[in-house]
This record gives sequence, C-alpha cells and structure tokens, in this order.
Amino acid sequence: MNQHPPLHLHVPEPTGRPGHDTDFSYLHLSRAGEVRRPPVDALPSDTSDLAYTLVRVLDDEGCAIGPWAPDITPDLLRFGLRAMMKTRIFDARMVIAQRQKKMSFYMQSLGEEAIGTAHALALSEGDMCFPTYRQQSLLMAREVPLVDLICQLFSNEHDPLKGRQLPVMYSVRKAGFFSISGNLATQFIQAVGWGMASAIKGDTKIASAWIGDGATAESDFHTALTFAHVYRAPVILNVVNNQWAISTFQTIAGGESTTFAARGVGCGIASLRVDGNDFLAVYAASQWAIERARSNLGPTLIEWLTYRAGPHSTSDDPSKYRPADDWSHFPLGDPLARLKQHLIGIGVWSEQEHQETHDALEAEVIAAQKEAERYGTLSDGRIPSASAMFEDVYKEMPAHLRRQRQELGV
Amino acid sequence: MNAPTRMMRADESATKHTKTPMTMIQALRSAMDVMLERDDNVVIFGEDVGYFGGVFRCTEGLQAKHGKSRVFDAPISEGGIVGVAVGMGAYGLRPVVEIQFADYSYPAFDQIASEAARLRYRSACDFTAPLTIRMPCGGGIYGGQTHSQSPEALFTHVCGLRTVMPSNPYDAKGLLIAAIECDDPVIFLEPKRLYNGPFDGHHDQPVVPWTKHPLGAVPEGYYTVPLESAAVFRPGKDLTVLAYGTMVFVAEAAARETGIDAEIIDLRSIWPLDLDTIVASVKKTGRCVVVHEATRTSGFGAELVALVQEHCFYHLEAPIERVTGWDTPYPHAQEWAYFAGPKRVGAALKRVMEA
Repeated sequence: MNQHPPLHLHVPEPTGRPGHDTDFSYLHLSRAGEVRRPPVDALPSDTSDLAYTLVRVLDDEGCAIGPWAPDITPDLLRFGLRAMMKTRIFDARMVIAQRQKKMSFYMQSLGEEAIGTAHALALSEGDMCFPTYRQQSLLMAREVPLVDLICQLFSNEHDPLKGRQLPVMYSVRKAGFFSISGNLATQFIQAVGWGMASAIKGDTKIASAWIGDGATAESDFHTALTFAHVYRAPVILNVVNNQWAISTFQTIAGGESTTFAARGVGCGIASLRVDGNDFLAVYAASQWAIERARSNLGPTLIEWLTYRAGPHSTSDDPSKYRPADDWSHFPLGDPLARLKQHLIGIGVWSEQEHQETHDALEAEVIAAQKEAERYGTLSDGRIPSASAMFEDVYKEMPAHLRRQRQELGV
Repeated sequence: MNAPTRMMRADESATKHTKTPMTMIQALRSAMDVMLERDDNVVIFGEDVGYFGGVFRCTEGLQAKHGKSRVFDAPISEGGIVGVAVGMGAYGLRPVVEIQFADYSYPAFDQIASEAARLRYRSACDFTAPLTIRMPCGGGIYGGQTHSQSPEALFTHVCGLRTVMPSNPYDAKGLLIAAIECDDPVIFLEPKRLYNGPFDGHHDQPVVPWTKHPLGAVPEGYYTVPLESAAVFRPGKDLTVLAYGTMVFVAEAAARETGIDAEIIDLRSIWPLDLDTIVASVKKTGRCVVVHEATRTSGFGAELVALVQEHCFYHLEAPIERVTGWDTPYPHAQEWAYFAGPKRVGAALKRVMEA
C-alpha cells in the first residue's frame, strides 16, 4: 500500500498581487555595513556566505558604513548622481515621445539607475559591456551623445543603426557598449568569449556581462558560468535581479529559497549579492570584481538586488500582475534619492544644486530631442532608405541581394 | 564573372609550393596550420580538438605546435562554443571552431542564426563576427541518426551566413583558408565519408585513397579557393548535374556507369553561390538533375530547382529531377537504402535524357 498522499506540482507565486501588498521579507536583507569584505584574491568557495547575504554601504540615514564603503571623491559622487538623474530624465522624456508615436517602443530603467552608472565608473576605458536593454545608465555614465541615442530611438535618417533595430537596441563600440540583441541571454556567453580573447592576446581589458533575473533560466547563462570558470575569464557576470521579467516573478526563473548569486558559487565562481539601489555598494563591489578580473583571478558573479519600478516596456501594464504601488514599499528604496541624501549628508550637495542640475539636464535632453527630430521620426516617414536594408548582411553584397534590391527598385 | 567553360582548378590562386599527397583530414589540418602561422588572431577550439586533436584528428598536433592559448579543448556545449566565438570575433579574433558532428550544431543554432549571422547587420558594422564553424556532415559511416545528417539547408536559409562544402582535399584546404580569411561567418561542412578517399557510393567496394587521386595533391603552403565559385567538376554535353560534397563522386560514378555525358557542377560554396556557372551549364545542356544527400523537402535542392527554373526555363528540354535522401531520419542499419547512391542517380539521369 502506498502511504504517500498524491503528488502535487509546485508553481511559485509572488507574495504580492493586485489587491494585496507584497511581503518583501523574501528578500532576506542584511544591514548596511554588516557583511564582510574578503581580499580580492579570495577563493571562490570563500565567498559562499556573500552569495546569500547582501553587501550594503548606505544606511537608512544615508551614511556610508562598513568594510565595503569605497574611497571615492566628491567629484565622482556628483558625477554619478548627475548620470543617474540624466538617465531618469531621459527615460521619462522618451516614454512621452513614444506616446506621441515618435518611436515604436521604449524601455525605461526607472529604479535601476545606480547599477549601470556606478559600474561604468568603476570600469576603465576599453573594457567592454555586453548589456541587456535596461542598462542605458552605462551610456549616460560614458557620456554618449544624446542626439545619437534619440536618432536610434526615432529610427530616423541619422539612426546610427540604419533603422534595423528596435528602439533601445543600441550599439556603441566606442563607449564599450556591445550591440544589444533582443534575444535574451545570448550576450552573456559572448562577453565571456570577449574576455577570453583579451586574455589570449595578453591584453589588460576585461568584459562585463549583463543579464536579468528572468533570462538566467536560458542555457546561455549557465554555459557562460561554465566557460568563465573553466578558462578563468576576465569577466564580471552581472545579474540584475529586478524581481520581474515582464509579468513573471523571479521565483519562476528559480529564485525561490535561494539567490541568483548562489549559482556562481556552485560553478566555482566568486559571487556577491549586492544592494543594487546603493550607489556606493555598487561601486565598491564592482571595483572588487574588476580588480579580480584584471589580476587574472577570474570571473565574479554579482547579483544586484533592485526593483523594476516601471513597466517592462511601453507595451506593458504591470498593475495587471503586481500591486500598483509596489515600488514605494520596496525596502531598498530609490537609488537616486539615497545617493542624494548621502551627498547632502556629507556636505557636498544641496537641494538647490539638485534642482538646478535637474533643470539643466532636462533642458539638455529637450534640446537633444529637438535636434534629433530635425532628422525625422518613425511617424513622419524620414527613415533610413529602403536600399540600406540590403547593406551589411555580408561585408560585400552578394549577387542575389543586388538582384533583390533591384527588384524592389531602390 | 565565372566563365562556363572554365575548367576545374582554373580559379585557384596559383601556388608555387610543392604539392604533397594529403587526405582531406590532412588538407584541413594544413589549412589551419598555415592560418595559425600567418595570423595571430586565429584561434581554434572545440570538443576534443586540443591535446587529442579531434575525433577525426583534423587538429592533431596543432596544440603542440601553436600552444594551448591558440588551440584548446572546449566544454561539451555547442551553444557555448559558438557563443564565445562570437564574443572573440567582436574583440577582433578569427575563431575557427569545430562542432564534433553537424548533427550537434542545433544547440548552437541561436548563436549562429540570431547572433553570428546578424551581428554586422544589426550593429551597422559596429561589431562583426568573422568566425568559421567547421562540422563533419553526411552519412556512410554507420553513424545513425545523430552522426549522419546534412543540415546545410538550415544554414542557407539564414541570411548573413556563408555555407561551404568541399568535395576533395585540394578544395578543402583552399576553401578553409578562404573561409578563415572571410569577414562573414562561414559554416564549413566537411563530408566525413570523403575524409579518406573519393567515395562514390559503392559501399561494397574498397575506396581509392586520396593519395591515388589527382585532387589529393595539395600544396603545402598558402593558397585559397575563392568563395562563391563553383567548379565544373566534369565537363559534359548531355545534361547538368548540380551537386556538392560526396554526391559529386556519386554523380561521376553514375555518369560513367550510364554512359551519359553529364556536366557535373560542384557548387563548393552552397550559399551564396556561383549562379553564373550553373546557368551557363544548364543553358548549354538543356537538362538538369539536382543531387544531395540531405532530406528532400525544403532541402537545398528545392532552391536549386527554383533558381534553374527562374533563369533557364526557356532552355530546358526536360523537367528537372531531384535525387536526395528520403524524408526520414538517417537510419542506422538501413543506411544504404537511405543513401542516394549511383544507381538512383543513374536512373534519374536516364529519365531526364529520355524525357
């Protein structure tokens, strides 16, 4: 006789849904300053506790405390705050422009601005990021001209990508920003290859790979961990855990009762779980991982804990699947407000400077948008020529594409 | 572009080097050796390719000669192998990777079709992926359904890829060097039944080794066979056979055994292809048979038939025939009932002549 009750399938659910608040205790947070900072040459297995705790520097009062508090100049802090503000203002303006049908689609990064900004500031020139579609803060920190970005978003006559890519799928090699695919996770293993190439050539550059919590379920994520470990590739493996992949909660990607950082330890990779809404923690953890990579000590996996405050894209309505005011209860707060509080607290920033900077950045974004609109938008028909469609499929255009271009009559 | 009467080998970038008898395996190894020597950016990796030199031994000795950072073993992860190769290409290397069997390429398909093939296009040349993906294909070794497939049509359907299949050691070396030097991603299919000799489909007869075949004489140094260039493998007047890989020799046997003076075109580059050579030959003969080892439906033969119809319809005197593998998985014990041997090809040649 079978003594067991019938089996049942476990399908994870978030603690919050529309109509009832999220219980964020599932995040298992550490207190600011609580988590130890091992030497950069620590063995991967000696980081396992750091994969289950949370590296934090800024406390609730905005003070930088504990062993991870980085040595960072007020100038760099102000630069970082400005880049975060610019990212947020840019996103807000582009969401409006999308509603005005100047572009087909947009993806904002509200709430996640600290991660790309602080990470970019810790990297060096020549290092290469392999981003997802929500790392525009990397571009803002690298001061990529806004007009170029907006021309890509508008798919207009000056679109550097000749109208071939969805808005936000930028490619900016000179700013260390790899072409965004749109297919998820593919860039993660490519970043490992880029880092391996740098090591093969005896270069000093490193790669930085980006992925969201949802896409860690793709095989390219696991493959990347294996290759990065096997060849001790100089690469940072960033997992941005913003809790949501469109409408899918991170437990469906495998985050329940464990962490994404723990995936790294299991593969023999040094791993950290870090408050992604804490600019100083992001900067410090990035520095630690970058130093390891550049010293031939191999890869580091970093899970950045954050929250996708906006919709997945302009085609999404998150109030259908999570509490509409969820972000306001998220215990790690707003990264921009937290850095601002810190800078005012240490006396290098003021409300007035903040407002002036905000106004200046808004004017800069508006001016860039106006200039980009001079070259057209998707809706006004001033798009790249149809003949550009046939170019760059191959280095030299083969005969069959010349015939097809002729057939189209362009 | 390509004169129809151009004889085989007339297109080679002539070499002064001494020719040595080589198998296709040795010719491929020689191509990689030459390119490792000439270009610091060439790296080679794949499953078992490092210390051991690959299950077919194509990379034997290359790690010992060129070092472990240039030639190395990879984890059993075809998606990972091609994925890191794309990243290396973006950095500026020219990776040459081996997929142990073409049948194992499917886990890498996303990295091939969505990434390698489209990186230049989607980034408007900001990044490129100049990689070569070698893979043994075809049956005839009792490999069963997972070591026998010819998936070329899956790759020719992907815009941005080049798909190449040599039929002999001379072309194998020259085409592989051209593929490695090419700035586009190249799928380089190696008919494994031709690795050691020009197999003509008579599986019950001993195969002539490449040492006894003129196309087994291979220059030791650098030369290329250009991509997008077909070879008139056997000139003839009666009809045109379009083939590549093993089927070139099967078609040659069929022509010999039927006494039909077939003009056999070895495509060499399957896509993009050398349409001019095909069209000139079919316009001359007025008849056409398309032969490949892969399954029939949506196979590359369908594309060839369509192209011949579009470009040569008013010169055709008979319907075009296809001789291919059956639309079944490649069987193990029934391999020779599956394989389109000289008898089936010969029967098609006769039907087309009688039509």
